[in-house]
Order: sequence, then C-alpha cells, then structure tokens
Amino acid sequence: MTFRAEVVVQLKPVVNDPQGIVVRESLLRLGFDGVRSARVGKHIALEIDAADEASARESVQRMCEQLLRNPVIEDYRVESLSAAAEPASAL
Amino acid sequence: MRFGIAVFPGTWSDRDCAHAVREAGHEAVMLWHKEHDLRAVDCIMLPGGFSYGDYLRAGAVARFAPLMDAVTGFAAEGGLVWGICNGFQILCEAHLLPGALTRNSSLQFRCEPSWLRVEVTDCAFTAGCNPGEVLEIPVSHGEGRFVADPETLETLERERRVALRYVRPDGAAAGDASPNGSMHDIAGILNERRTVLGMMPHPERACERLLGSSDGMRLIRSVAMSVARDGAFAGAGA
Repeated sequence: MTFRAEVVVQLKPVVNDPQGIVVRESLLRLGFDGVRSARVGKHIALEIDAADEASARESVQRMCEQLLRNPVIEDYRVESLSAAAEPASAL
Repeated sequence: MRFGIAVFPGTWSDRDCAHAVREAGHEAVMLWHKEHDLRAVDCIMLPGGFSYGDYLRAGAVARFAPLMDAVTGFAAEGGLVWGICNGFQILCEAHLLPGALTRNSSLQFRCEPSWLRVEVTDCAFTAGCNPGEVLEIPVSHGEGRFVADPETLETLERERRVALRYVRPDGAAAGDASPNGSMHDIAGILNERRTVLGMMPHPERACERLLGSSDGMRLIRSVAMSVARDGAFAGAGA
C-alpha cells in the first residue's frame, strides 16, 4: 500500500531563527502590525510503500530521527499520514 | 607526511588544500567519496564547499558517503581528522563533533578576513602556535553560526575543547565583529581526544603572503610537526 506523509521540520524554539526574524520584520514593514513572531521551517512530502499505516508511521519517524531533522537544533512533526487514493506518479 | 583530502560531489576547496599542503612540503592525496581506502594517510582533511549541494542541511548527506565510514573508523582509532568549513558541518552531522552550524545571524554569506585567538596548543592542529596568539584566516560561509545546548557549551569550555575563537584583530572579544554570531564566538572545536578539529575559517586560503596572510600554514605545519613527533595516531594513547 502507498501512503502519503507530510513532515514539518523546524528549528527548536530555543534556537535563534534569523530568517524568521527577517520575515517578521518584513511583514511589519508591510503593515501587518499584529505579527508577534515568525519561524521558518521545511515541509517534506513523502510517498511510502508500507504494509499498513502503523508501519508507515513508524518508518517516517525513523526517517526523521536518522536524516530529516538534526536532533541538535530541529524538532519535527508528522503533519499528516494517510493512504494514497491512487498511485501518484512522480511526473 | 601524507594528508588525505576528501572529495565529495560539490567540494570546492580540495585543490586549495592540496596546494597548501604541498607548499608546506608534504604529500597530498585525494580521497574520493565512494572509496573506503584511506591510502595510509596521517591526517584526513574534509575541505570546504557544498557537498551534495548542501541539500537538506549542510553536511547532512555527505555523512552517509562510504568514505565517511572509513573516516569515522579512523577517528575512532585516534587518527587526525580536520574538518574545514563544510568539513566542520559534516563532522557535526556525523556526530564526530557536538553542536551544529546554522545560518549566520546576519543572513549574509560572509567571505572576509577573520581573526582567531589560539585558545589551546595541546592538540596536533595548534601545537606550533603560541597560546593566545591571533591568526588571520578568512571565513567563507553562509551557515557557520555554532550552536549547542548549554550543557554541551559548558563541557566544551571546561574541557578546553574550544581551539579557536573569533576575536578582533587586537585579540579583544569579537562582540558584534563576529562573522556569524556563533555562541561563545566559537570558530573551532576539538573532540574529547583532541584528535578531531572542526573549524569554519579556511587555513588553506591563508598560506602565502601574496594572499594577505600565511597564518593558515601555521596550522598545517603544526599537524606535520605533531605527526613527526608523536606519529599519526598522536591522540591514541592520550
């Protein structure tokens, strides 16, 4: 079975995010006065073949631990994970 | 002595490193990322560049190259490993050094001279320097801001593993003159055995007067002097 997963990787709250600071400052300059903070992260979309949802989820977690995030500075969360409705083509 | 210089796809300072090593009167051999054979080198240099395009994170993919298995084994035996710029990033990703290197606080790619205070001289890389002396060696990076959790920083300081620190040309604290905003102005750190050094500045770009500074040569000569004195596995018995 094919599953689609979306992973978000972000700098930990204690790690300074200069990109986020610049994004916030730019938004303030555009007149969005209410922006209290901005943090920039990465979105990684995966298609995975796995026996069932539990093993797909377990596999995604191991991918995050081993490669997708740097545990020293980044947190991750699996935003969504579901069976793909139909086999998606890469192109 | 023989330096081995790692070459990953996207490495760009390998030839500069080889040139500097040869100028210093030593042998340089290139180590291709797909190889396991370290060709009996005395010290491995992981040079600067953008290995694997810095995809995902700088150094994140190079860590899985076959050559890195051999480098990790070499380091575990006490072999000298010297990561420069992207090489430092790779060493952190490979957990051979603690901490991580993140986007410069200025968000700018900085390519400029930097001044480094030699904090320790009891490692192969700085053995020929004087404690506290200031070296002029350029930086060239966009992601060189060293970060680590408070416990790691405390350990690095207590164990005197900060080898090089950014300062002003007169040796005063860098303050806002830091090229990247590194915690504790850290420019280079050692592993526990003091046999692995990671540093962001490029000594190979400061190896002749014509380039404005030959201070990088001091580090290359230090390594050669230490190997001549203690052998390649200088830290193995330490």
